[in-house]
Amino acid sequence: MQRRWHKLSEALIESVIRVCGFSAVIFVLGIFFFVCREAAPLWSEPSFHWTEFLFSIEWQPTSLHQKRYGVLAMIAGTLGITLLSMLIAVPLGVGAAIYISEFCSPRLREILKVLVELLAAIPSVVWGFAGLTIISRLIVRYTNADVGVNLLNGAILLALMSIPVIVSLSEDAFKAVPDSYREAALAMGATRWQTVWAVLLPAARNGLIGAVLLGFGRSIGETMAVLMATGHAINIPHSILDPVRTLTANIAAELGEAPAQSTHYQVLFLIGVLLFLITFSINLAAGYFIRKERHQ
Amino acid sequence: MSRFLVTPQVAAKIRQERIAHSVLALILVSILIPLLAIVAYLFWRAAPALSLDFLLSSPTLGMREGGVWPAFVGTLYLVTISLAVAAPLGILAAVYLTEYARENWFNKAINLAVLNLAGVPSIVHALFGLGAFVYGARIGFSVLSASLTLAIMTMPVIIASTRQALLSVPHSYREASWNLGASRWQTIRRIVLPNSISGILTGIILQVSRAAGETAPIMFTGAVFYKAIKPGTLFPYALDEQCMALSMHLYTLSTQTPGVDESIPNATAVLLLLLVFSVNSVAIAIRMLLRSRVR
Amino acid sequence: MSNRLEVHNLSLSYSGHRVLNDLSFDVRANEILAIIGPAQSGKSSLLRCLNRTIDFIPQASMSGRVLLDGTVVSGKTDLDVLRRRIGMVSPLPVGLPLSIFENVAFAPRCAGVSSRTEIAETVERCLRRAVLWDEVKDRLSLPGTQLSGGQQQRLTLARALSHNPEILCLDEFSIAIDPVTTMRIEEVLRELRPELSIILVTNLTQQARRLGDRTMFLLNGEIVELGPTDKIFSGVVQDPRTADYINGNFG
Repeated sequence: MQRRWHKLSEALIESVIRVCGFSAVIFVLGIFFFVCREAAPLWSEPSFHWTEFLFSIEWQPTSLHQKRYGVLAMIAGTLGITLLSMLIAVPLGVGAAIYISEFCSPRLREILKVLVELLAAIPSVVWGFAGLTIISRLIVRYTNADVGVNLLNGAILLALMSIPVIVSLSEDAFKAVPDSYREAALAMGATRWQTVWAVLLPAARNGLIGAVLLGFGRSIGETMAVLMATGHAINIPHSILDPVRTLTANIAAELGEAPAQSTHYQVLFLIGVLLFLITFSINLAAGYFIRKERHQ
Repeated sequence: MSRFLVTPQVAAKIRQERIAHSVLALILVSILIPLLAIVAYLFWRAAPALSLDFLLSSPTLGMREGGVWPAFVGTLYLVTISLAVAAPLGILAAVYLTEYARENWFNKAINLAVLNLAGVPSIVHALFGLGAFVYGARIGFSVLSASLTLAIMTMPVIIASTRQALLSVPHSYREASWNLGASRWQTIRRIVLPNSISGILTGIILQVSRAAGETAPIMFTGAVFYKAIKPGTLFPYALDEQCMALSMHLYTLSTQTPGVDESIPNATAVLLLLLVFSVNSVAIAIRMLLRSRVR
Repeated sequence: MSNRLEVHNLSLSYSGHRVLNDLSFDVRANEILAIIGPAQSGKSSLLRCLNRTIDFIPQASMSGRVLLDGTVVSGKTDLDVLRRRIGMVSPLPVGLPLSIFENVAFAPRCAGVSSRTEIAETVERCLRRAVLWDEVKDRLSLPGTQLSGGQQQRLTLARALSHNPEILCLDEFSIAIDPVTTMRIEEVLRELRPELSIILVTNLTQQARRLGDRTMFLLNGEIVELGPTDKIFSGVVQDPRTADYINGNFG
């Protein structure tokens, strides 16, 4: 009798655990579902045109004569900021990871790893604040920009924010390379740098690609920092000193004002769907490369 | 002792090595200096306003002066409730993935989902919270909606830490337990989980840190810039009410509130940083303690 | 003599790769069955099939019939109860991360025993049987990991006895411990013989000779020889490979 009760409660606990395990899938599907749901009415909305959405730079959701919902300028803004920030962050981040993992003393390594972890924990709103107050003033002072909130500001912030992520993931990739590789190279008379260049970097390639992709995905999805530091102009930027609007910042800026269930509101949700699909594919690719590294 | 000849090739190699070492160190320094300078500058600018009073008193003069107590309490509310939801879900999900799951497509999908959940942009989480909790479940714009949104957003953090902790428990413990007639759950409950506590704790602490700093997910689901509360109370918010939060406070203060003395938003930022840093330091300390004990 | 354990046509594969091939044998009451054979012949896997811990290995698939005291245990059966009827001592002296007392109390607790006196009695009884009581009785609350290798293996034996098994399986129990402890445990096994049946997997042929009533020679997942120990070791074998192995010509 006690045995029956015991087995029943075990079976119950195991089903709860299974459900929790599956919950991540439910949540991801749920996110996609609910965001799509709010944007769904656009499918049959006459004033909404898909080609205009993806290929027009005219974004006038509140215009009185002709509402326009083109997000191309925001896509340009997102790409511009993200690519520039990756250009800065990847060499710096991978370089720092090489130093931490291969060149510095164990004591220093511990300190640096703690520092990197703390820097990675800084909330994005604090970064945005730093961009708004500190970096914008620096930009105005040292360049001939009129305002300090622009593409450059956003790119610098994103770079600073994604460097800790890239550093720790690259470090993991280097740690995964077996010591025997290093020892073999050193035994042949290679210096540490030659070992890194000729042996380590190729061996950790998949992990590094995964790290860069994950950093890329995070940068595309960053909201608060770019909202606060890139300005309000919805134009395709012509120079890095131009203010821009990213997809993420635009949603955050206008969602509060758009009346619930209006077309404007639904289009903002559609941008959310677009963002979800973009980051989903990037994460898929990153996951592929990280898995490839693990199976090496 | 044999003579070691420094040939031109060897000299070149040594020079190259030194250059590489210096360049890499320079890279590291060029990253750390701006970061530390920014943090230091924030502290410096915040100094005039930083005090215990700042933490404990409420904003005055139309939010332009005074303290941040309601926002601080609001953040504590959001963090606690989201933790209460995310922790059991995340821990049990990690238990499933490490102790029960086999190598099949079903579980590959789950792994993929966890990875993707961590990478969803925070604004998309906000949209989800709006669509699912505020409107879908009719909970409305409230502490509960915001906390649930935060919980789903931060669940991957707990899953990752817990998984790592569970995987580091030696397999031989499980085998010994099974051989004695313990069921899978008994083994997990009596042997595996008690030996993963510090890793799980680390995950919880990291979740708290993430949840405290997020702005976008709560901005549209329950956090507001101003909410009248009774001063000095410890439980000023009900679950179905809106609340203030430190991150939201910083955002609105710095972008939409003219005429504020600079020290106040700086102090809010510093307070948020101190909160996040101290929480993360506890997690780091736990990890180091664990590592030294294992040795 | 009645059969404690009957095995009919037991086969085991790991991801399609055959490890045990159509084994049929029995274990009699109150006997020590020694199983010898070179490495990778499937001896450990065989034990895992008996107490069904093979189920925890996802790539393993087992077929055949196993009967314990007349009841079929190879199909759908209460696995926790089965694992308590079979005691297992593994090669490496690794215990549970608990105190010495809790190590031995673990199985009774999982089985539902809650009476403190009963558990304390069981712990003392099993530690005495395993010839460990005198050495640890004053430090039962210390972690089991603080014991020496030989003490830990005796602790494993005490654990295995704590759930009153009908069959005790030992998987190369002596490879990681000193000869003195090995001898003490061998004495314990002889003392246990009147109460239960023992399956002793070993790659020390002399140990099989000392302890086994019958000996089985397992090679590449197949039973090459099964018969009384003294006959096998005096050269009366049915298969020449057995004599080869015993004489050290291979393996």
